[in-house]
Amino acid sequence: MMRSVAFRKIKNHLATLLMLMATAAVLIPLGLIFFHIVKMGISSVSLDFFREIPKPPGEVGGGMANGMVGSLVMIGMASLIGLPVGVFGAIYLVEYGGSKVSTAVRFAADVLSGTPSIITGLVAYSLLVVPMKGFSALAGSVALALIMIPIVLRTTEEQLKMVPGTLREASLALGVPFWRTSLKVTLRSAMSGVLTGILLAIARVAGETAPLLFTALGNQFWSKKVTEPMAAMPLQIFNFAISPYEDWHRLAWAGALMLVTVMFTLSLTARYFSSGRRSD
Amino acid sequence: MPANHVQPIQRVKRINGDLIFRWLTALFALSILAILALMLFEMASQSVPSLRKFGWSFVTASEWDAVEGVFGALPYLYGSVVSSVLALLLATPLSIGAALFITEICPKRWGAVIAPLVELLAAIPSVIYGLWGVLVMAPWLQSTVEPWLIEHLGFIPLFLGAPYGVSMLAAVFILMIMVVPIITSITKEVLLAVPQSQKEAAIGLGATRWEMIRVAILPYGKSGILGAAILGLGRAVGETMAVTMVIGNAPKISLSLLSPAYTMPSVIANEFAEATTKLHGSALMEIGLILLIVTLIINALARLLIWSVSKGPGGAA
Repeated sequence: MMRSVAFRKIKNHLATLLMLMATAAVLIPLGLIFFHIVKMGISSVSLDFFREIPKPPGEVGGGMANGMVGSLVMIGMASLIGLPVGVFGAIYLVEYGGSKVSTAVRFAADVLSGTPSIITGLVAYSLLVVPMKGFSALAGSVALALIMIPIVLRTTEEQLKMVPGTLREASLALGVPFWRTSLKVTLRSAMSGVLTGILLAIARVAGETAPLLFTALGNQFWSKKVTEPMAAMPLQIFNFAISPYEDWHRLAWAGALMLVTVMFTLSLTARYFSSGRRSD
Repeated sequence: MPANHVQPIQRVKRINGDLIFRWLTALFALSILAILALMLFEMASQSVPSLRKFGWSFVTASEWDAVEGVFGALPYLYGSVVSSVLALLLATPLSIGAALFITEICPKRWGAVIAPLVELLAAIPSVIYGLWGVLVMAPWLQSTVEPWLIEHLGFIPLFLGAPYGVSMLAAVFILMIMVVPIITSITKEVLLAVPQSQKEAAIGLGATRWEMIRVAILPYGKSGILGAAILGLGRAVGETMAVTMVIGNAPKISLSLLSPAYTMPSVIANEFAEATTKLHGSALMEIGLILLIVTLIINALARLLIWSVSKGPGGAA
């Protein structure tokens, strides 16, 4: 099957061209999305956007202040539930786990992180909304925590595995109990990587909408208790985007810009932690 | 004498600390297995009323009427399968091309810009893709793309009908845009795991760059790339918000890509909070259960394929 060199060269160039076009086809829509978010978002954002709650349909103005606070509250509660499980679970996998248990837990975490987020909403609904007889911010936080756990577990585990065994041995040889060694030596020396994972997990749940649809439900007004329905930014963006009102579309774009800005900041901070601080 | 005082206290303390720590961390680690089991159990037990009433007809019947209490999920299954498979068919070649371009063709400095950019874009929340889809892409499809398709390709049943904008086509496009960054970045990892010696051997035998890719890189990364594509499929099947916003939410089975459709996650998102009867809620739970089982299988398959190339569970996430 000898072919002429010229033919093979042409084929090579053709393939290169196709790959270049594929890359362009990947980047162009993503660039367009980014362009529209920035363009529409900047022209829509105002001081009221950060200060006010949404106005009734048809009225001009209003903001997403309740959604911002609601998102922060629910992300905070989700972190309180999800971070200990993820971090301590990872410590177990690295420090104590037998191979079978560890593989099972790892596999479960990977499978869990691939589960559609709307399913975690359904589970939180039947675990909390049904017994408590009402939609609540608490149920929303649990749904978000279920999403955070596998992410934090896997990244923390990767980081702890990289801590050299000699460090642990040195600490143990000095008579420090194993549990203190794990927390004060192993975990602490992996801290920047662990923080990266935590930031990425927070960035991920900050934009989640589906798990909140029938747990936190959303709220047009301020919520006073975590046992009440609560507003969240992604929910507001969803409701405003599918509404027929021009002014609500404007709010949705402003919300999208803010959400994307927050997430990119978190991602960049995470990258900074994971690359720049390694030498600490 | 003082030694007698100190020793027992210290020993007791030390053993307790380690024991407590061990059990505490074990509890947290095992709770992840418990969560997965609990999820399956909750979804299954909530689906029982619907499973009892409809049995297999749930997945073969296409009538969905909350008032009459008749639930057949076929249109949602159809919509999910068609939208995600088509999106995957479009996204996979593009992703492989882009991953090859990043790892093999373009200068390292470009790759160092493009690759993190693609990964950053994979982190954009789906509600924002949906916002763009419904306010920018769907109107564009309605005014430009769909009339063109009807005029020039209207003889094919796939492009029959009126231009609605929100349609199966819009869902396919938005899903494609969303899964491309995921498949690209995993494929890139897989390609980077191909040993340098393989490539050098091919080049050494006088292969062009494309021949090197074809004989040395692609066969080596085959199962990993397949895993990446299946993982993308899992994402597409479970994608909720963006699809709900652009697919038009009409529970009918139509061959035309231009007509509105409905998917499994979308119907849960739209109807669950307002499901008044127990049977309605249970039918939606059963759709969730089907979705959960399908994605569990898809993800397990993808993980095994990716693990097989990147040396065990510790590898690429």
